[in-house]
Amino acid sequence: MTSKEAILAAIKNNKPEATPLPDFLTFPEEENLVDRYEKGLTGNGGKLQVVNSMEELDAFVKEHYSNDLLIASLVEEVKGNVDVSKISDPHDLEHVELAVLKGEFGVSENGAIWMPEKNVVHRVLPFIAQHLIIVIREETLLTDMHRAYEKVNVADDGYGVFIAGPSKTADIEQSLVIGAHGPRSLTVFLIRK
Amino acid sequence: MKLKTHAEEAAEFIKDDARTHWHDETLWHVRSNRDRSAQGIPEWETLRDTASATKDYVLSHLGELLEQFEANAKANGVEVLWARDAKEHNEHVYRILQENKVKDIVKSKSILTEECGLNHYLENKGYDVVDTDLGERIIQFAKQTPSHIVLPAIHLKKQDIGKIFHDHIGTKEGASDPNYLTEAARQHLRKKFVEANAAITGVNFGIAETGGFVVCTNEGNADMGTHLADVHIACMGIEKLIPRAADLGVFLRLLARSATGQSITNYSSHFHRPAKGKKLYIILVDNGRTEQLGREDFKNSLKCIRCGACMNTCPIYRRSGGHSYNYAVPGPIGSILSPGRDLKKHSTLPFASTLCGSCSDVCPVKINIHEQLYKWRQVITENTNMDTSKKLSMKVAGMTFGKPVLYDLAGKAVRTALKITPKSLVYSSINVWGKHRDLPEVPKESFKEWYKKNRKQ
Repeated sequence: MTSKEAILAAIKNNKPEATPLPDFLTFPEEENLVDRYEKGLTGNGGKLQVVNSMEELDAFVKEHYSNDLLIASLVEEVKGNVDVSKISDPHDLEHVELAVLKGEFGVSENGAIWMPEKNVVHRVLPFIAQHLIIVIREETLLTDMHRAYEKVNVADDGYGVFIAGPSKTADIEQSLVIGAHGPRSLTVFLIRK
Repeated sequence: MKLKTHAEEAAEFIKDDARTHWHDETLWHVRSNRDRSAQGIPEWETLRDTASATKDYVLSHLGELLEQFEANAKANGVEVLWARDAKEHNEHVYRILQENKVKDIVKSKSILTEECGLNHYLENKGYDVVDTDLGERIIQFAKQTPSHIVLPAIHLKKQDIGKIFHDHIGTKEGASDPNYLTEAARQHLRKKFVEANAAITGVNFGIAETGGFVVCTNEGNADMGTHLADVHIACMGIEKLIPRAADLGVFLRLLARSATGQSITNYSSHFHRPAKGKKLYIILVDNGRTEQLGREDFKNSLKCIRCGACMNTCPIYRRSGGHSYNYAVPGPIGSILSPGRDLKKHSTLPFASTLCGSCSDVCPVKINIHEQLYKWRQVITENTNMDTSKKLSMKVAGMTFGKPVLYDLAGKAVRTALKITPKSLVYSSINVWGKHRDLPEVPKESFKEWYKKNRKQ
């Protein structure tokens, strides 16, 4: 008997009586999603910039990140100096200072942004960069995680991640430290309707 | 070798009184964060009920769901392996590493691999396994085991960690600033991530419907490891399944809030297919879970999503430290899971509880933890040679409580006895309870006597 057969046989012998699968939960849509989103994001250590246009994002990058640092942008309006599409080995992204990415949608209750593989090209990009900027549009904001999973098919891409803040840890005496292995900061640019 | 009881193991930890209090307060703070977070969600109880019912469904359909999961994962290009026990799990990992000519391994926190003793096994085979969760790396340097499933180094002070880092990665002597130490660990671990050929992770949730799985971290270490290495091995207990992707809406809302009070972990990664040119393996591990499934009174413990809330709230855990449990999963939930693995070895754990029910109150999947602890006590009393003094005193207590006249008489006798017995005799070695505390002042009369006098018309 293979291990699979042995495990399935043991389950068959020991299985409790069948119970029904609960229905999916839905809760009323909330208002003031931008305010709630900001609360969610800042609670996780991220920062929010509410802007009217992508030009403001471009100006922010120019002001804060010098051109001699490696910038990988997957947002049309921001010109970086690392062409991610030409990189075949993700290790080559090791010295990226800033990654600018487009998020699919934001979740107000916790600040999380859905980031499918197609939006990052290399799965490691949002983790290996020293700093991360994600752009989302106000009209994509959702109330909670239930709505998020209604909206996305998580199996569409080979990989996808909810990013809700910068890399952080509290493993030393519960002191919050931002910048464990991944980005030392997450700034979300929310483009107004 | 005589097996140590939980109380004997805990005695070591509570020797340092100040540290015991500090540990207690730190965990209570985490528990308070959890409360604040849960209270911010009006539908919290609905989430708990739904999570619990979803897990009931999973346990009662486990076979079908596992087969569905395997079929979908295989269709996604994932290699699925099955392991009956820890030994087989470790052998699978070893074989995969050999086949792929792996030299350097990074691991992200996984309680299952801890349960299977994977690090030890691989180290004996000559591998250097680098734990990348900061807390895990700290205790790995210190040659310890995690004392908590979510906060592995919660028992250590920053000065301890400063010393450990000074010895292993050359930080300045006497430095204990968490920012400085974390930065040093970041630089040290970045090198390891870049060098690694294989990454091992645990699984928070396996999705039967899609054949994918979710890994939750705050540090992003699972992602740094898996996306840089060519081989990803995900180790998953068979009870970690959920039926549908949309069920994650419920579980991700509960997990981090119950664990530390944060609304969600900063990274919730969904893996479905290996990246181009890379390999992805999932090992489905039983290791006693199917047996627990058949124990009517204890099967609910398999619903556990490993948030650690029951530990943070447990008055015994907070004061005795995780190592005193001597099991990969300590605290209240570990005290239910462990006797099923080895009744003799873990026979004192179900007694390491006040049965106050706080663990059950905070459990996000509504496991009746304290009731199961009580049930294990009965099983253990029947099946092991429990301490004869405990057995005898239980017998006497049973007799006394069963006869009201005897109970009244005994109360009176003890009140008088305690008044006239010298302190040195009361707090002798026979009274274990009195080791670290005083008895309350003895009342002049029993409540019953007082009631008779004052209330009876």
